[in-house]
Amino acid sequence: MIDPTLLFEQLFNGFQLGILLFLLAAGLTLVFGIMDLMNLAHGSLYMMGAYFAATVTLATDSFLLGIIAALPATLLLGMLLEVTILRKLYDRGHLDQVLATFGMILFFNELVRLVWGPEGIEVALPDFLNQSVTVFEVPLPMYRIVIIVVGLLVAALIYLLVAKTRTGMLIRAGASNREMVGALGVDIKLVFTLVFGLGAALAALAGALAGPIFAVTIGMGEHILIQVLVVIVIGGIGSIRGAFVGAILIGVIDVLGRSFLDSLFKLFLPVNTAETAAPAVASMLIYILMAAVLFFRPQGLFPARTG
Amino acid sequence: MWLSRENIIGLAIFALLAVVPAIAAVTEIPFYLDLGRRMMILAIGALSLNLIMGYGGMISFGHAVYIGIGAYVVGICAEHELVSGFIQWPLALLVCAVVAFIFGAISLRTRGVYFIMITLALAQMTYFLGVSLDRYGGDDGLPLAEPSAFADLIDLSEKTSLYYLIFVLLLFCLWISRRLIHSRFGMVIQGARSNEERMGAIGFPTFRYKLTAFVIAGVMAGLAGVLLANHTDFVNPDMMHWTRSGDLIIMVLLGGMGNLIGPILGALVFILLEEFLSGITEYWQLIFGPFLILVVLFARGGFLGFLDKKKPTEDGDA
Amino acid sequence: MPKPLLEVRNLCKNFGGVTATDNLDLSLQPGFIHAVIGPNGAGKTTMIAQLSGALKPDSGKILFDGQDITSLSSPARSHLGIARTFQITSIFHEFTALENVALAVQAHDSHSFRFWRPVKKDEKLRTPAQAALDLVGLGGRPNVLASTLSHGEHRQLEIAMALATKPKLLLLDEPMAGMGAEETLRIVEILKSLKGEQTILLIEHDMDAVFALADEITVLVYGSVIASGTEDEIRGNQAVKLAYLGDEGAAF
Repeated sequence: MIDPTLLFEQLFNGFQLGILLFLLAAGLTLVFGIMDLMNLAHGSLYMMGAYFAATVTLATDSFLLGIIAALPATLLLGMLLEVTILRKLYDRGHLDQVLATFGMILFFNELVRLVWGPEGIEVALPDFLNQSVTVFEVPLPMYRIVIIVVGLLVAALIYLLVAKTRTGMLIRAGASNREMVGALGVDIKLVFTLVFGLGAALAALAGALAGPIFAVTIGMGEHILIQVLVVIVIGGIGSIRGAFVGAILIGVIDVLGRSFLDSLFKLFLPVNTAETAAPAVASMLIYILMAAVLFFRPQGLFPARTG
Repeated sequence: MWLSRENIIGLAIFALLAVVPAIAAVTEIPFYLDLGRRMMILAIGALSLNLIMGYGGMISFGHAVYIGIGAYVVGICAEHELVSGFIQWPLALLVCAVVAFIFGAISLRTRGVYFIMITLALAQMTYFLGVSLDRYGGDDGLPLAEPSAFADLIDLSEKTSLYYLIFVLLLFCLWISRRLIHSRFGMVIQGARSNEERMGAIGFPTFRYKLTAFVIAGVMAGLAGVLLANHTDFVNPDMMHWTRSGDLIIMVLLGGMGNLIGPILGALVFILLEEFLSGITEYWQLIFGPFLILVVLFARGGFLGFLDKKKPTEDGDA
Repeated sequence: MPKPLLEVRNLCKNFGGVTATDNLDLSLQPGFIHAVIGPNGAGKTTMIAQLSGALKPDSGKILFDGQDITSLSSPARSHLGIARTFQITSIFHEFTALENVALAVQAHDSHSFRFWRPVKKDEKLRTPAQAALDLVGLGGRPNVLASTLSHGEHRQLEIAMALATKPKLLLLDEPMAGMGAEETLRIVEILKSLKGEQTILLIEHDMDAVFALADEITVLVYGSVIASGTEDEIRGNQAVKLAYLGDEGAAF
């Protein structure tokens, strides 16, 4: 049967993956919900954040410095992209946005290959983070706990920002009625740039944190982007709450599926079939979930937009 | 009308394509033959996407999946020593129809961005499925044991024969597309793109028609896949990767959506651009990416697009 | 009294905190022109949307020819004989005027899983479509792109499309909005000629047209009916006068 320790470990890992997905999903869903912009290059910002962090970490031997440096760098990059290219796309159809941001993906992947080479970067964890902490008699990697804590803090901050502050109110107002907010004397363009910057910073944070666990390579952005899109679709576009719930759900289901599906299959399938079928089904699990959610609620679990 | 810009360019392209094998023979550069075949196969793929995207407003970011499935059916059949094209090809098209039906039924319940994302996600799911099929090469792919056999009718291992078969099939797909677009069915599809709410009000249950169009497009892409397998003598999951779907969208855009020669022209431009740029630098996407962005921002109509002043309409994005 | 063609009972629709339709009751006699008037924001278009199937009500019943159609989709209702025009022009801008109407004809000519014959040569569609265009006064401009038509012509096209579906009930949402005097007159004549064969629910602000056409008038305020009856009954109604003070009250 299933080892409870293993189950707990994998639940924990799933939760941690969910947190990373949330950091990415939050930024993307905000940009989606507020500017109606389909930004496929969000994964590229994640990648750039990871590369910036890794580079600074290797140069200064300080992991912390790496993360701290990556955030403003990617933030600036994001805002630059928004001002020069993306803001021209707000009034275009989604097809245009998809194509233009697709072009950005190609560009950034190639840029990274040019500057850092095709191999990718290995980031080693500093010793103080590379230990394990025992929780409920199960040893858990300290670093993953840190990720979860950071992620939850950020989630709380975002919630406070969007729901409780004047800026947050402006942002939400800007989503539903740009002209009105503009008439109130607020520079809506600036608001949008800032929102995009926020999204970029979140993506960078995710990338910097993910570096030591996943690989820092070309194309890492697209790999995780698809999962992030599934999160947003399930959670509902424009909804931070949906992004959180969706992310945790996807993270946990994905990890548990990969770990336990073959044991589950072996209960009622011949061993050979189970062993070939399980990894295939495990990789399709989150998409099946997405299809199921969309079948019953095409706008996602917590749709923020009434449109 | 006959001498419209669209028709002239179309004639020019097909005239050129018709003589490529001769040019390749004379210049002794077989590469041209390869390039031509690849271009025509992608043209069929782009043509099929244009049916649902250009005319139907359904922006599918997972269309390459059907090319991959078509290719894989041929590859898997060959692996199991089922090499008769008479069985492989209809089977491949049937599988594509079934998959397109299922994916379409799920995706078409959504609109706008949700539709784009779900087609993308379903395509990636299929890609991962392909990667996990160790029995058929997994990540590395599967060499084609033997090209599809058609008794003594045609020998597909013969490069030029394959070339002209693809040429004829491209013409065939173009003809089918033309009839489809101008038929009652075609009007429904275009109407649904133009004004979905109005369609409902006058009495069209649009879902079933969009789904049918989706399946037809999937089957046509499957045909491209079948030809691709025979062209590359190889099938791998990369054929289904979402970036391949992105390539198809780019081709339709470059050539101009909403007319039938556009995607073919787009495929031609795309292939030539790819060749040209990679000849200049190894890092050609560094140029292609921004080029794409510029085209989207400033040359939205593509080379042959409708010079429509309105914002391009999508599938009922409210 | 013959059985009503359309019966609406206790229709309710809420949007967030706003009540758009408040226990609305309505009854339409076959062959009548029934006008619905009311100040802006009274929920007239919301009501039409629920009657045509574009919007799902929160509660209530809609009966058409005795049949409960509350849960039926727009296309299904269209096939039962309900046609609608839109307050904000909703046509196919990329098609010609004829193609617009032909599509409406096509929707009611069995299924459209026909992949072969070009629609341009389909007389089964073009003839009725041309007839509808002639009826509304657009007969001379069938091959003009819909996007290049004037606003008034758009409104005419809307009506042509509705008529082309051979309906029993016409839901007209401000068909004469934005039209000049001459155009309005033409539409009034068309609607007059339809009276008797067609049943028409007409939302309009143009009081002259309403009084010229309507057999019955319902007054809608804040989503509910405050008065319903003949022209004289409405004219004499205190509540109606109050509601209209400053608005179209001058017409009374």
